[in-house]
Amino acid sequence: MAKQIVKMNLNGQEIEQLVDSRTLLVHFLREQMNLTGAHIGCETSHCGACTVDIDGESVKACTHLAVQCDGCEVKTVEGLADGGILHAVQEAFYEEHGLQCGYCTPGMLMTSYRFLQNNPNPTEDEIRVGLSGNLCRCTGYQNIVKAVKSAAVKLQQKESATA
Amino acid sequence: MIPPSFEYHRPSSVEEAVGLLSSLGSEAKILAGGHSLLPMMKLRFAEPEHLVDINRIPELKGVRVVGDNIIIGAMTSENAVIADPVLNEKVPLLPEAAKLIADPQVRNRGTIGGDIAHGDPANDHPALALACDAIMTIAGPNGTRQVPASEFFLGTYWTALEETDILTEITVKAFPQGAGYAYKKLKRKTGDWATAACAVVVALSGGSVSHIRITLTNLGPTALRAHDAESVLMGQSVNDDLIRQAAAKAMEICDPAEDLRGDAEYKTAMAGQMVQRAINEALAKVS
Amino acid sequence: MNAPVKTPEERKAELQGMGDSRLRKEDARFIQGKGQYCDDIKLPGMLHMDIVRSPVAHGRIKKINKDPAMAIPGVHAVLTADDLKPLNLHWMPTLAGDVAAVLADEKVHFQMQEVAIVIADDRYIAADAVEAVEVEYEELSVVIDPYKALEPDAPVLREDLAGKTEGAHGPRDHHNHIFTWEAGDKSAADDAFANAPVTVSQHMHYPRVHPCPLETCGCVASFDPVKGELTTWMTSQAPHVVRTVVSMLSGVPESKVRIISPDIGGGFGNKVGVYPGYVCAIVSSIVLGRPVKWSEDRMENISTTAFARDYHMDGHLAATEDGKILGLKVDVVADHGAFDACADPTKFPAGLFHICSGSYDIPAAHCSVKGVYTNKAPGGVAYRCSFRVTEAVYLIERMVDVLAQKLDMDKAEIRRKNFIRKEQFPYTSAFGFEYDSGDYHTALEKVLDAVDYDALRAEQEQKRSDPNCPTLMGIGLVTFTEIVGAGPSKICDILGVGMFDSCEIRIHPTGSAIARMGTITQGQGHQTTYAQIIASELGIPSEVIQVEEGDTSTAPYGLGTYGSRSTPVAGAAIAMAARKIHAKAKKIAAHLLEVAEGDLDWEIDRFKVRGNDEQFKTMADIAWAAYNQPPEGLEPGLEAVHYYDPPNFTYPFGIYLCVVDIDKGTGESSIRRFYALDDCGTRINPMIIDGQIHGGLTEGFAVAMGQQMPFDEQGNLMGNTLMDYFLPTAVETPTWETDYTVTPSPHHPIGAKGVAESPHVGSIPTFTSAVVDAFSHLGVTHIDMPHTAYRIWKKLKEEGVQL
Repeated sequence: MAKQIVKMNLNGQEIEQLVDSRTLLVHFLREQMNLTGAHIGCETSHCGACTVDIDGESVKACTHLAVQCDGCEVKTVEGLADGGILHAVQEAFYEEHGLQCGYCTPGMLMTSYRFLQNNPNPTEDEIRVGLSGNLCRCTGYQNIVKAVKSAAVKLQQKESATA
Repeated sequence: MIPPSFEYHRPSSVEEAVGLLSSLGSEAKILAGGHSLLPMMKLRFAEPEHLVDINRIPELKGVRVVGDNIIIGAMTSENAVIADPVLNEKVPLLPEAAKLIADPQVRNRGTIGGDIAHGDPANDHPALALACDAIMTIAGPNGTRQVPASEFFLGTYWTALEETDILTEITVKAFPQGAGYAYKKLKRKTGDWATAACAVVVALSGGSVSHIRITLTNLGPTALRAHDAESVLMGQSVNDDLIRQAAAKAMEICDPAEDLRGDAEYKTAMAGQMVQRAINEALAKVS
Repeated sequence: MNAPVKTPEERKAELQGMGDSRLRKEDARFIQGKGQYCDDIKLPGMLHMDIVRSPVAHGRIKKINKDPAMAIPGVHAVLTADDLKPLNLHWMPTLAGDVAAVLADEKVHFQMQEVAIVIADDRYIAADAVEAVEVEYEELSVVIDPYKALEPDAPVLREDLAGKTEGAHGPRDHHNHIFTWEAGDKSAADDAFANAPVTVSQHMHYPRVHPCPLETCGCVASFDPVKGELTTWMTSQAPHVVRTVVSMLSGVPESKVRIISPDIGGGFGNKVGVYPGYVCAIVSSIVLGRPVKWSEDRMENISTTAFARDYHMDGHLAATEDGKILGLKVDVVADHGAFDACADPTKFPAGLFHICSGSYDIPAAHCSVKGVYTNKAPGGVAYRCSFRVTEAVYLIERMVDVLAQKLDMDKAEIRRKNFIRKEQFPYTSAFGFEYDSGDYHTALEKVLDAVDYDALRAEQEQKRSDPNCPTLMGIGLVTFTEIVGAGPSKICDILGVGMFDSCEIRIHPTGSAIARMGTITQGQGHQTTYAQIIASELGIPSEVIQVEEGDTSTAPYGLGTYGSRSTPVAGAAIAMAARKIHAKAKKIAAHLLEVAEGDLDWEIDRFKVRGNDEQFKTMADIAWAAYNQPPEGLEPGLEAVHYYDPPNFTYPFGIYLCVVDIDKGTGESSIRRFYALDDCGTRINPMIIDGQIHGGLTEGFAVAMGQQMPFDEQGNLMGNTLMDYFLPTAVETPTWETDYTVTPSPHHPIGAKGVAESPHVGSIPTFTSAVVDAFSHLGVTHIDMPHTAYRIWKKLKEEGVQL
């Protein structure tokens, strides 16, 4: 077996792990690191339930090798809240009923988190396109779109409060 | 869906990568964005013994301008193409079309070079490369060479690349002043490949067409350039009738494979629709 | 300092009970990645199971060579049907009275059928081992078309049934015939047709689709050889029934079997059945004495576990010349795949399909459903609907449109004319269902006004007269009635267990509460809405009411969550259990206040002495007293259990209207507007109801506009990944407008009818109605789903419509 040492910053912690080169990032996170927030829905990079943030970009962890993350900064839904304070997207998904079964939610949150950093004041159409790599079978997206809009407002308010 | 075992290699230069490919031979595959290769491996349709990951080769990324050449690193991601100011100003077809490829996350990993090098007629960049008269720069064991897009795509999953080659750069020139452009892509949903798609670049001089490219995606074994369709419009003052004639000419060269997206008749008809719509949209953008 | 006295309104608001759009109690864990789904479970020493599947749709297994797989380090076992035979577990009973192969026994009957299992240290090694198992097949003729399956010389699919002329639902007249089931009065219907001035007929196919929840099926089975106890975490919508089945199959006493449905990533009917993967994981754990996990991949999910629909229907209506319907006849050929594993109440092999007289007062009706074996995966589940109700609603709504077209009547007008009128409820249909309540006319007019129906028709007229218009405009209208809440146990059972449901409530001394239920949420928000019912019934804030479901060792027996039965059945059980507690609480209050029970009034959260607002005991006071100083003769404690056997089904209804614009060049359709009015009776949490409706409409959109499971002649399922199988993204999904009326169910304790499935059931024919309407001026009466651009383009071409 081709094993390699991989070092990465995972949710703010420097880690060093031995991984098989074929280990998919989603399995590494879920089974080796016990971070089960990223979910497996399709395994062919269509559903986005496994979305995590790698070096400031949203990536589908089912189609990415753990070894490719060597030296990277990886953030999962478990790292989204800051010291017990929920991130604005988490609050907004809760307040706008942007989730039902919860299975797509970690991926939706991680995509939304990054999307709003790249586009802090999006239109509804931009949100829909921004989330088009994430499938949800429960909500019909309407409340998810509302949640992302609401999170945008929250983040802007936070920004102006700290400015 | 689990990929088979392989050895992982991560070269930090093109030279090192080419060296690895030469020494590992046909059991090695290049890992670019991975969104075609890894699913194939999970299905065990591909079982390479070695993966050569070229994601950490800095010289393969980004867009630079040298003289009147715009040089796009092969490992420039789709989202980087979309965001690049030079491309948006000089070759705006590429960023606009890239928005229609796959989905936002996949566009972070998927690269222009990977899309071209795969030789899949369903991929979008081959037709875009034809429409932009792109030149491919290829690094191999015997140094680098350049191949125009028109000679690069040889068949389905078959390009001018040898097993030990790496596509390193895609070179294009700025569109003619005031040129219009469009990429019309009919697809079943976000993330899907084209049922039919058409790229058009057009420039006018004194009201007549002075430059025209019409190229097609997923309508034959490779991306197609519709020369006869272009001829219908070249030098002409365009009207609806000519556009219909051009579309008909483009449809004549279509030879699409039937799949769940539709049969050959439908896809060919959709080629006609996309050609007409792309020409109209491109003309509307001419300034 | 005294706290200010709260007004009754303030006290009521604090409860966040029924009618309150309170936020969900379950969300905190999901938004932090702390949900616990089946695949998240990891036990010490756990092994992984993976399945070797057949590449051919019909064939004889000549040879299986396990050796190359067994040679892989980390592989613990490879098992085939031959290994299960001594345990008599190579076949298992289905919910529909048939048997299904657990692992293929000498023959495979559909592509991707389970042939062998491998158990290994991890899922990577298991996947390698699956590749290494060598199986040789002799291919046999394949039957995909159920009509061809019934031809005299059609290949024999089920050799195990040779000579069996009596099936679970009556006589079999052909080797590929499963049952023929009828309802209604055939001679009355025939008479109606014989004398009718107008009749119409239409053939339609409701395609095979898959519920495709985002989480696939899976389980972790853990057998403790010392204690002889089996614990299995499972993606199940019906854990108690599964426990009963597992006990019957394995011989482990039911008391030593514990099934736990953890968080479930959507079910939609996919997770009702008992699949070979579950059984094999359990057997593996028993054989190896270690926990075994099985996680289905997406291709396996779409290909093998629980398809829905696949009904080939011929509908006929008889009517007067002015559009009054006189009779309905329906003949269905139902493609059940290789094993009859439909998930229906035992006595109803076609579920509740005989609700197909819809919202209309039809004096005579008859339907006949013929079940057929083909070389496809088994299933036939209720995909976000009550049993076969989607098919029934589709049939009648299409037929009413067809009749309107024949008579040149407006779709709204013909419905007005035939609706069951408000004063006719309770209404007994020609099929014998007693509709509990409804007010269809009011709801219809509300929708037509809201969308300005006349203006839409005028716009359509104008567009049709413009040959240069690039689009065809269609208006779909559907006025459906569902039948949910299965069901009265005198007619509804699963494997002999009546379809009641249950609730156990305990009030703790300090006034908080826990409720345990026989159902299991898969995203519907039970932990919130159930708590709201209790809050309103008992005056305890929903915030401090915990709801637990899914663990057969702690929850009372229930039939589970599917067919919109949670609120109609379990919701009623909650109210009834709460009322038992309420009655006891009243005795305690009377004791504490030293008055007779008859002198007490209940107000929001307290019993007060009639006429004296100052003398009262809150439920919190009473709870403390129940554990401290109950009246003499009364047991301490404050808890109750209720098993609710509904007296009837509930009949939610809705009026849906859709406007579609079809691109004449490409066949692409754009849903310009979709207006959905639902009447689910009493509304418990409007926010959650809206969310359920958005989701159901989106699933309906997916079914109508793109979902399909096409097979080639060799029985290969083409398109079993999410590249091909249509799950719309946020970009394709329309924006939904919702509205409601409230017609409570008279027989339900809180008047609630259930809602989550109506939008799926009702929207699908609405999309078809809209697409067909776009072509109706050309004489087109019906177009089969899915309404993909490709299929619509073919219709455009056929009708000579050109851009």
